[in-house]
Amino acid sequence: MTQPSPLEVMRWLDQVPDPEIPAISLVDLGIIRHVEWAGDALEVTVTPTYSGCPATSIINFEIEKALRDNGVEKVSLKRQISPPWTTDWLSEKGREKLEAYGIAPPQPAGGPAQCPRCQSSDLEKLSQFGSTPCKAQWRCKSCLEPFDYFKCI
Amino acid sequence: MSGLSKSVLYDFCLRMGDNTLILGHRVSEWCGHAPVLEEDIALANTALDLIGQTQFWLGLAADVQGEGKSADDLAFLRDAWDFRNGLLCELPNGDFGQTLMRQYLFDEWHWAMLTALQNSSEKRVSDIADKAVKEASYHLERSRDTVIGLGDGTAESHDRMQAALDYLYPYVGEFFEADTVDEAAAKEGIAPVLESLREGYDAAIKATMDAATLRLPDSRFAHKGGRNGRMHTEHLGHLLTNMQWLQRAYPGASW
Ligand SMILES: [Zn+2]
Repeated sequence: MTQPSPLEVMRWLDQVPDPEIPAISLVDLGIIRHVEWAGDALEVTVTPTYSGCPATSIINFEIEKALRDNGVEKVSLKRQISPPWTTDWLSEKGREKLEAYGIAPPQPAGGPAQCPRCQSSDLEKLSQFGSTPCKAQWRCKSCLEPFDYFKCI
Repeated sequence: MSGLSKSVLYDFCLRMGDNTLILGHRVSEWCGHAPVLEEDIALANTALDLIGQTQFWLGLAADVQGEGKSADDLAFLRDAWDFRNGLLCELPNGDFGQTLMRQYLFDEWHWAMLTALQNSSEKRVSDIADKAVKEASYHLERSRDTVIGLGDGTAESHDRMQAALDYLYPYVGEFFEADTVDEAAAKEGIAPVLESLREGYDAAIKATMDAATLRLPDSRFAHKGGRNGRMHTEHLGHLLTNMQWLQRAYPGASW
């Protein structure tokens, strides 16, 4: 087969949902740092979100599977921890999808801008941590619903 | 890399990785037992970050050692006398307040250490520090807030936090007392001079304890023996029988 371009590969990986937040793709999450051919092997550089993120091995598995499904036979996954992952790497499309899914996207101010359900800005923090390492728990004081906030790091 | 540099870097990585492994395991003991659901999740996530950082440190230690071992081998196939964590990390959880006081006293040191390590002469060390410092600063924000909230809380929570501080403070000094490994690591630019972190640490915990209406003990007496493995507390052995149970019962088991 002719070697697909790195851009083409990124388009494939943009179809792979994040295992913990399937509303967004691995590319939206900003963890695919680099794609390039090294001879006949496709090298994909991945950075972890959090050091202990339990989804890491599943993510690697999903990447390999997606590439093989698209006909790539030799895949080499490289882990890169520096520069460390930051929520600035979330795509604009990813941020919109998070909000539509009910997860407030990260804000530089350190807390959600508005309730993803009713858009109220009358909010309170319930806990610094949430159901996955990348989220915190907040509540809307207008509609009283708790919601997840994607931590800004 | 010279043989001496290798052994210094190996020892240094063990110390960092054993701190996060042993404390991470301790914190994980709270899973399903915390006073409220949000705190249970927070403790589990903190433990997860620490165990994740352990994989980096012990992974690097194993690479440097060059005997074909993995981070898992170092975590599960060493016995108590081979561990190099500060004694503070292995102390029992006690009540929730004691756990959070231990976490705070560690986080404040951990954050300062990782911040300094971002300038390490060894790129593999600064890479890990770049990653871990973000998590450590998040842990610190929470443990500091909780110590203040519980210290300046009810009479009962205040007394428990003061008792926790009195019990744990003598285990702080060990993190700042350099031995030959620390001196060599500082000389090579791998790590900061430990004592240089003390002033900032003291100022930070003083400010926190003031806000928490808690009193720092006057004595700077320090229990030692964890970071060089000379004398761990009796608690470490009990922790390891639990953590290493599977490898001890079924050597070499894998899946
Ligand atoms: Zn709302």
